Amino acid sequence: MASPAPVVRAKRPTPPTDDAPAPVVRNVKRRSALPYLLVLGAVVMVALALGYPLVRQFVLAFQEYGLAQSFGMPAEFVGLQNFQEVLSDPYTYEVFARSLIFCFVTAAVTMIIGVFFAFVMIRMSGWARTLIQTILLLVWSIPIVSSLTVWQLLFDTRFGAVNWVLERAVPWWQDDYNWLGQATGMLVIASIIVTWMSVPLVSFMAYSGLAQVPDEINEAAELDGANGWERFRFVTVPVIAPVLYLIGLLQIIWDLRVFTQIKILQDSGASLEDTDVLGTYIFRLGIGQGDFGMASATATIVLFLTVFVTLPYVYQLFKNDKEETA
Amino acid sequence: MSTTTAPPSAKDEAVVPQRNPHRGRKVRIAANTFAVVVGLIWFFPIYWMISSALLPNSEFRSSTPVFVNLHPTFEHVQGVLSDDRFWSALSVSARVTAIAVVVAVFLAFLTAVAISRFRFAGRGALIATVLVIQMIPAEALFISQYKMLDGWGLLNSVFGLTLLYVGIIVPFNVWILKGFIDGVPVELEQAAMIDGCTRFGAFFRVTLPLLGPGLVTAAIFAIITAWNEYTLALVVMGGGNETLPLWLQTFSGANQATNWGGIMAGSVLIALPVIILFMTVQTRMAAGLTAGAVKG
Repeated sequence: MASPAPVVRAKRPTPPTDDAPAPVVRNVKRRSALPYLLVLGAVVMVALALGYPLVRQFVLAFQEYGLAQSFGMPAEFVGLQNFQEVLSDPYTYEVFARSLIFCFVTAAVTMIIGVFFAFVMIRMSGWARTLIQTILLLVWSIPIVSSLTVWQLLFDTRFGAVNWVLERAVPWWQDDYNWLGQATGMLVIASIIVTWMSVPLVSFMAYSGLAQVPDEINEAAELDGANGWERFRFVTVPVIAPVLYLIGLLQIIWDLRVFTQIKILQDSGASLEDTDVLGTYIFRLGIGQGDFGMASATATIVLFLTVFVTLPYVYQLFKNDKEETA
Repeated sequence: MSTTTAPPSAKDEAVVPQRNPHRGRKVRIAANTFAVVVGLIWFFPIYWMISSALLPNSEFRSSTPVFVNLHPTFEHVQGVLSDDRFWSALSVSARVTAIAVVVAVFLAFLTAVAISRFRFAGRGALIATVLVIQMIPAEALFISQYKMLDGWGLLNSVFGLTLLYVGIIVPFNVWILKGFIDGVPVELEQAAMIDGCTRFGAFFRVTLPLLGPGLVTAAIFAIITAWNEYTLALVVMGGGNETLPLWLQTFSGANQATNWGGIMAGSVLIALPVIILFMTVQTRMAAGLTAGAVKG
């Protein structure tokens, strides 16, 4: 009880809203340049780092831009040819399907485990919550590249602890099973790693959302005869729904952009063809083979796909924010 | 452990008030057990990393994994620390992280203040942009970012990489900080202004001190992003200017199956500063919550 671990309370991206901030009344009458000056630096930096490449990429996607152009040959505009080539290649669809399945399975599993953790955390003693939050914080803070090496060691064919345990626990488990030798095993490992490292943030955010559910409302609902399920459905869920929306959005974005885990596992021996996801495929096309036109076309499609998949969520976030501060 | 007849116990250690003490107690025991079991599972890879980093090479070869390391050794750590490429990567990572954090937190803070405390034309569009940018996956842009830095002669340079990192960190930090600034009631500032503060005075003396946890959170996020980032570093860095994650990958690729201990030692060394930082500021983050400063 020494440190009651409200660690995450300060971490939530959206601080409490039950004491709704009073409407901001400044600057209604006087037009001021101050807010524009305040945002100027950030806008310039983001425009340089992301805005310009975005424009550049649209241009590249419509150009014939391979190795020859990288060494000085003028790039020719070829219209939609890059897109036609990308979209007529069955392998493109394979990569897209693999990425989407990986993303949704991993995000769903992460959400379920993380939110479940949060529900249990609310009910445990102080010391137990401190324990599990400290561990989750540790896991969250470990750099991806560091944790990837230990997961590779754990799943190593000969020295790995996972194979050792499975060989003893599962009778039909073959000796020296090579996880990275085939696509399914490799993608399962990647999914486990991503889930393991994403659960902490999900459970912290869900927990801080749950901790905001006012006890008074719960008690009032109980007095009015609401049973456990009804209180959950009509008190808890409405309060934490915006938080869950935000977490869901972030998970989908992050899992769709999974790159590091797949790339590093590929580099340590898995076959490229059967394990490529969007990021590694674009990397291979562009940085690997120098075909920047094709890579940009694929990246542009990915960009639109991402926007399309997550637009409803962003709209929701935007709306929540408006309601909060309007 | 009677759960049917005992009078409601006066245990009030739980943060959440017990609505039904009889059921609550059982639930809490189950929840505590869950915490221990799941905690151990989640912790195992970290334990394994540390244990293996300190495991003598001879024991890696044993047919049974060494679950408890009885002969810890620092030979692997020393091996890594005597690697020149580790030190050069550390220098690159430290510089990139330091610059990115200072620039990104400062700019994001100013933007968050503008969004939270002012109404101006384009505010909605700015918020929408902040949200949409966070959806853009790194791999959707790294091809053209590579071409851009290539054109400016900034490939393999600390500044080029830092620029890209600032672009990633700023939007997310704006969102974090906006949340924290929204959480400080405007009434506090208004009260200070009634008491004679200027608007700037009110902001700097009243709101800013309350934003400590928010700024720390933003800075931590920035540090972790820049220190851990792999994708963009892989794309735009090379030629001896590697960051630590790139170094670890090269090192790992060259030593797998021969020097797992060294790889684990390197992993721990990279993770250590981040973990220490996380844990140090953890208590500070809990302080300074503004709830209750104004009772409506």
